[in-house]
Amino acid sequence: MPVIEVTHLKKRYGDLVAVDDVSLAVEAGEIFGVLGPNGAGKTTTVECVAGLRVPDGGGVSVLGLDPRRDAAQLRQRVGVQLQESQLPDRLRVAEALELYASFYRNPADPAELIDKLGLGDKRNTAYKKLSGGQKQRLSIALALVGNPEIAILDELTTGLDPQARRDTWGLIEQVRDSGVTIVLVTHFMEEAERLCDRVAVIDRGRVVALDSPAGLVSTVAPEQRIRFRPSAPVDDRLLTDLPEVSGVQRTGSQVVVTGTGELLHAVTSVLARHQIVAADLRLEQSTLDDAFVELTGHRPAN
Amino acid sequence: MHAFRNILRTEARLYLRDLPTLLTTIGLPTVILVVLGLVPSLRKPDPTFDGQTFVSYFAPSLLVVTLAMVGVNTLPSVLATYRERGVLRRLATTPAHPAALLAAQLVLALAGILASALLLILVARLAFGVPFPRHPLGFTLAFILGTAALLSLGLLVAAVARTTKAAQALAVPLFLVTMFFGGVYLPRFLLPDVVARIGDYTPPGVQALLDAWTGTSPQPLHLAIMAVIAVAAGVGAARLFRWE
Repeated sequence: MPVIEVTHLKKRYGDLVAVDDVSLAVEAGEIFGVLGPNGAGKTTTVECVAGLRVPDGGGVSVLGLDPRRDAAQLRQRVGVQLQESQLPDRLRVAEALELYASFYRNPADPAELIDKLGLGDKRNTAYKKLSGGQKQRLSIALALVGNPEIAILDELTTGLDPQARRDTWGLIEQVRDSGVTIVLVTHFMEEAERLCDRVAVIDRGRVVALDSPAGLVSTVAPEQRIRFRPSAPVDDRLLTDLPEVSGVQRTGSQVVVTGTGELLHAVTSVLARHQIVAADLRLEQSTLDDAFVELTGHRPAN
Repeated sequence: MHAFRNILRTEARLYLRDLPTLLTTIGLPTVILVVLGLVPSLRKPDPTFDGQTFVSYFAPSLLVVTLAMVGVNTLPSVLATYRERGVLRRLATTPAHPAALLAAQLVLALAGILASALLLILVARLAFGVPFPRHPLGFTLAFILGTAALLSLGLLVAAVARTTKAAQALAVPLFLVTMFFGGVYLPRFLLPDVVARIGDYTPPGVQALLDAWTGTSPQPLHLAIMAVIAVAAGVGAARLFRWE
């Protein structure tokens, strides 16, 4: 039973078509990634889900409710972290969380949430004095303080250093483990690969792929590459005869075999049969990055 | 209502935390009054001002200082900043409505204006013998309408300005004009008559304040114009205001 259903969503701003035709369904308890190049319509899509924008066409259903008609109910049950949303400079961490907690019927305990997000020694610090990572964690805390069933997080780790980014990822996994469904808008492939159970790739206002990160990679960019130094000369034909192999190249003493499927098993088996040892063997698989390029024709912004 | 109360409490805390702004807002007119009041000749009755002292004559113009500062400067800047930084937008995703934040800001603006006016009137009375407003009802009415007109203009600025910079670009000239016509830069008797007359009708309507302070009831036309400006600007702001 999906908790979010978007069907043939359309949204334009004047002449600009932001979302052309987006359909997707998010299942309870998953981390669902929304990926795409800048301006692809990711944010507009989740803003329609969050009830912040009125779609021009198509349907959106969240927890079986209409984001516009049932806005009051959904605001109690859906937490939203918006892109580039700040707080007043002089507002302190605990004050912000206590204020936002007071808006909800069944809020989380602000003090507990502060500790959980590692802001315990910053509770009396003004927003202005927080680091980028701390601001981001506070922002996530504000999205979670209402004990939501769904959390929508837009550009979660943009502007964070690698360590802060990794910490944030760990946090999001904890939140998911506590039963919250998470919709994550991102343009970091590494983030999607690490966190998301499924991802929708949106390009020019349309969903161009929807699968698990691994599934996406294996269907869109299935090519694998094996590099090794053979202990004895290898006849190319030995390798090219394998159904999994699509090409063999040599660079110096190194052999590079490209192919799909159970490539590693096929190659190592045939080498073993001929008593050839593959030294310095490395398997290179496509990443979500490659799949993304394949799907959208863009390099992911990094 | 519950959310509004909590937002108001938090905003009040932030307001009190910004001590320099708070002191300027509430204290500046009184400081100017005290400085002028220290000059002996300005405390002597003068036929130019129908036998009043210059200090008495100038006090209503000093009311304009805080009204202009808060109404067309601080209020729109704060609201534009909140919008630009996504504070209003974030609030829109919660069960609280961003209008609660706007309302809280209006309450604080009014509180600041009121505190500043009371301090000015009190110090003028106690230190320089300027009588309390002699037409209290007329003075209250003129003050309320003038304040409403300026706050509405401030909201209109916040509504049409997309960014904090744009809000300031609109607010600063409006502030200067308000101060000029309110007779703050140059006492009104030094202004060309036509300018002074225009100043009767520009918010907050300093002539009505002066009339009521010194004893005659304010002219209905002056008050009516302030009411019209307040309503027109208020309606315009309500229609044009964007939360993001």
